[in-house]
Amino acid sequence: MDFLATVGRVFMTFLAHTGRLSAFTAMAVSHVVRPPFYPRLIMRSMVEIGYYSLPVVGLTAVFTGMVLALQSYSGFSRFAAEGAVATVVVLSVTRELAPVLAGLMVAGRIGASMAAEIGTMRVTEQIDALTTLSTNPFKYLVAPRILAGTVMLPFLVLIADIIGVFGGYIVGVYKLGFNSSTYIARTWEFLEPLDVISGLTKASVFGFLITLMGCYNGYYSRGGAQGVGAATTNAVVSAAILILVFNYIITAMFFGK
Amino acid sequence: MTSTPKIELSNVHKAFGPKVVLDGIDLSVSKGESVVVIGGSGTGKSVMLKCILGLLRPESGSIKVDGEEVVGMGTRDRERIMRKFGMLFQGGALFDSLKVWENVAFGLIQGQKMERGPARDIAIEKLAQVGLAASSGDLFPSELSGGMQKRVSLARAIATSPEIIFFDEPTTGLDPIMADVINSLIVKCCKEVGATALSITHDMASARKIADRIAMLYKGKLIWVGPAKDIDASGNPYVDQFIHGREDGPISMELRA
Repeated sequence: MDFLATVGRVFMTFLAHTGRLSAFTAMAVSHVVRPPFYPRLIMRSMVEIGYYSLPVVGLTAVFTGMVLALQSYSGFSRFAAEGAVATVVVLSVTRELAPVLAGLMVAGRIGASMAAEIGTMRVTEQIDALTTLSTNPFKYLVAPRILAGTVMLPFLVLIADIIGVFGGYIVGVYKLGFNSSTYIARTWEFLEPLDVISGLTKASVFGFLITLMGCYNGYYSRGGAQGVGAATTNAVVSAAILILVFNYIITAMFFGK
Repeated sequence: MTSTPKIELSNVHKAFGPKVVLDGIDLSVSKGESVVVIGGSGTGKSVMLKCILGLLRPESGSIKVDGEEVVGMGTRDRERIMRKFGMLFQGGALFDSLKVWENVAFGLIQGQKMERGPARDIAIEKLAQVGLAASSGDLFPSELSGGMQKRVSLARAIATSPEIIFFDEPTTGLDPIMADVINSLIVKCCKEVGATALSITHDMASARKIADRIAMLYKGKLIWVGPAKDIDASGNPYVDQFIHGREDGPISMELRA
């Protein structure tokens, strides 16, 4: 009986959390599209997410492109397909690696800081104070962040695409001895708009998920410093897992058939 | 005398799981009156304020503000009602990302859509009312001492000239002299704006100074309500024990090993 009770309790907790998250998401989205808006706050979040994430995303992208060129060259040489390196790099980066890795890096950076900031505001009653000052915390805290995340991630990933392909080019031309113009031609040869578009779609969804998880976990954090710490961890872990799950779902939607 | 009380609670119940916090509260506060609710830590004083503010939702009972039922009120009506309120939070709850003057002017800029220039002038004026120099307006809350933060928080609570002001433990964590300064400011500010005040505290010196009437909360019920001058002759053993701060008496602290 104890076993059944435990299973039941875990299941009920799961349902309660799912319900609360669904309600939170619906509320957040409805406030993103309805006025009043806070342009100053949206701008601040956009700069924080888009501009200040550039170094970390850029570094991730350049090394990913470089290692990809190196790996596929040594691997493909076993069946004499070294010529495909440029194509492999550009397809992998635009379709998969730039959105997923940029998403994970931003989840660590932005998801954590949002959860910590909003969580601290929760435990120090600043969120209650917002309400007493006739300001809806969803509008003031959550909506600008989610909007900024959803809009800015595609820009970040587009830059990561370019830097990642450039990383592959550097290794391909200066280390593996490809001809520069051949490498560039090969890069363009099989690239289709859908490859980039699917990656940017992923980026937008990831941006939404990262900021949603950051805000949600912060908003419901409880119990002082420890609670805020737990909220931060949960924000990053749940965002990372959701990114990987949705990455599969979106890939299946674009290229499943 | 006005017929409708400013705030009227009847038979309000609130429980967190199996723990009953408010067990049938009846209290009415008339216009311009200052009521102080006293009671030990964890007796539900803060919960009562949060129920009136709509930050928590009572299970049953009715809460009326100016004769209007606020339990279960929609978001838009709630925001309209909130304009009547100002609140001084226990920990100050100042927004640490904003400067002091922006904190004070928050309700004016966000709630009443005032331009930043005139809002700043009012904020400086309110800061002067609580004895802070205009230069402190450009500091951040973290740069202020505890007493100064409380005063800024008081200035923020009165900035929009609210009809009703709540004070949550206004003197907790302050030295006796600063506590008396804050008490005097509360009395002065309420007089100046003609506000109705509802405070919760366990500091008897504070209660005596700011209250017209005192109510004592014990185990989720108001066990005594009467004029502040009668508190010493309440004839209620619970009240006597509390105001004299005795360990022995009908109230036994639930200490568990």
